[in-house]
Amino acid sequence: MSDNHAEHEEHIGIPGYLVIFLILVFGTIFTYFSSFWDLDSIFPGANTLLALAIAFTKMMFVILYFMHVRWSSKTVWLAAVAAFFWLAIMFAFTMQDYFTRISGVFSV
Amino acid sequence: MQEVSAISGNSVPADEPKLNYINNGHTLKSWLLTKDHKRIALMYLVSVSAFFLMGGIYAGFIRLELLTPASDLLETATYNKVFTQHGILMVFFFLIPAIPAILGNFLLPLMIGAKDLALPRINLLSLYIYWIGGIITLWALMQGGVDTGWTFYTPYSTTFSNSYVMAVGIGVFINGFSSILTGLNFIVSIHTMRAPGMTWFRLPLFVWAHYATSLVMILGTPVVAITILLVAIERFARIGIFDPAIGGDPILFQHLFWFYSHPAVYIMILPGMGVISEVIAGFSRKRIFGYEFVAFSSIAIAVFGFLVWGHHMFVSGQSIFAGLVFSFLSMVVAVPSAIKTFNWTATMYKGSISYDTPMLYAIGFLGLFLIGGLTGLFLGSVGLTVHLTDTYFVVAHFHYVMVGGQVIAYLAGIHYWWPKMTGRMYSEFWGKISAMLIFVGFNLTFFPQFILGYMGMPRRYASYPEELQVLNIFSTAGASVLGFGLVMPVVYLIHSLFYGKKAADNPWMHPGLEWRTSSPPPTENFKEMPVVTWEAYDFGEESGLDLEDARKREAVTI
Ligand SMILES: [Cu+2]
Repeated sequence: MSDNHAEHEEHIGIPGYLVIFLILVFGTIFTYFSSFWDLDSIFPGANTLLALAIAFTKMMFVILYFMHVRWSSKTVWLAAVAAFFWLAIMFAFTMQDYFTRISGVFSV
Repeated sequence: MQEVSAISGNSVPADEPKLNYINNGHTLKSWLLTKDHKRIALMYLVSVSAFFLMGGIYAGFIRLELLTPASDLLETATYNKVFTQHGILMVFFFLIPAIPAILGNFLLPLMIGAKDLALPRINLLSLYIYWIGGIITLWALMQGGVDTGWTFYTPYSTTFSNSYVMAVGIGVFINGFSSILTGLNFIVSIHTMRAPGMTWFRLPLFVWAHYATSLVMILGTPVVAITILLVAIERFARIGIFDPAIGGDPILFQHLFWFYSHPAVYIMILPGMGVISEVIAGFSRKRIFGYEFVAFSSIAIAVFGFLVWGHHMFVSGQSIFAGLVFSFLSMVVAVPSAIKTFNWTATMYKGSISYDTPMLYAIGFLGLFLIGGLTGLFLGSVGLTVHLTDTYFVVAHFHYVMVGGQVIAYLAGIHYWWPKMTGRMYSEFWGKISAMLIFVGFNLTFFPQFILGYMGMPRRYASYPEELQVLNIFSTAGASVLGFGLVMPVVYLIHSLFYGKKAADNPWMHPGLEWRTSSPPPTENFKEMPVVTWEAYDFGEESGLDLEDARKREAVTI
């Protein structure tokens, strides 16, 4: 445990964490301003897509650096990936309802 | 480092009190700031029982109101609150923590041969979170309560209900973290704290069941927490998530809620299945039939349990295609449960069965869980469910699984490990009487509800047509028997604490590691680090578990 901790300090150190923090702050501000651009004229939902992309990037920084997953064992990677897999199940099965509600063979 | 024999120290304990986890410190502080998983488990036992009592009182009011067709004992609005609060207290504060937080906490380290759980402080934190969540919920109930049903369905909960939805929601939200932390602790402990020789396939099935439960706790609970948070955001900030008027979708709530709450029924039943595996193997004195199948069926239930939630939404406006997929998968998830039931039965076949109190409960479980499970197939088929949705058939099904399954398993476990937890034997006579009373009372309460539901009596109403009264009287009468049967263990178990015979270290002559330490165990669980050299459920005479021999020495009670 204790030697693990010492290792973590050395990964990127306080300045490194501050950089990550600034990236997150920048992402938040970027999300705010991007919501004023009319991207939906390119294709519907483009604004949401961009916001989600920024959020996803920020999340990856948190997971990889703040949560030390980048330097962790394969088991920890597996746990992190499993969480995404479960999220995918939740989205896929929920969307399976929304996408088949009105049209198709099974519509009422 | 020495192999611990199942027989060592099996002589009836001497009179001078040995230092154990209970008498190791008497101050309030030594309990409230303890890191000992066994003390935390006992504090959970007291708290969870208090919530069970409160939930039971609400159940009593429901049954009393339904004694007559008219809504006369309670006003309809009060009735809404009563059934809601019965559900919330029972589901979130009794069924979910009961077996993992009490029996799991107490036994998991003992069973894997560890001194404690891997994260003892986190364990204590989970108890405090449970208390905080519970107090907030109780406070909200005293302020006026909540009337949305335990499912908090939108748009009623977000837009129309004037009751304390958010206060209760916050209580449930906070309480969720308690079970996340418990699950986390169990997974880490099972991975890292096993004693030398305790391989994965030597783990008792109780541990496998808790591993599967913990997976569900960690993967599912955050989702319901976020869902409750989304309800709060919509209620306070009017951001459209579930309300169609502002761009939301009410069915989305049901998707998110049931993504957790269907797997949550496995959080409730899987640990019960673990208890039943231990009890049936133990009191049949046989290695469990198909150990690997039972172990992996727990994992299969945990994984496939996440793919079936739409069976709660067949008539909610979900697409028919989604309904078909969810219906099919619901049939699939019944398979691992069936595997377990067949294997338990096969374990008993040609076993040397003794009908002690825990075994009576376990046999009751087999029958009741079977009915509960099979009626689930009725509800999971898209056609039949249209007739049965929101009727008493659903109520009966759910209670057959949750009370007939989980509560009975919980009682089996409490009786089975009571000598280990407290160092005292309870009255076997009263134990058997109460086990049978509970079985009869339970069936009398809930079997009529299947018929009522099939005849069309909807749930969540305070009044009903007069022709349904006879069956409702049966049900209420059964509830009184059930209630009486449930109070009995409280009396004789507490009585046993003061007047019970001192328990031997291994009163049932069972091979598990938890029986190879003293009763009650010392704070550090084992005097020496145990080294496991035997397979799980090894009842062989060569491991010192010759029942006849032990009987001659009167070291066993059976
Ligand atoms: Cu379900």
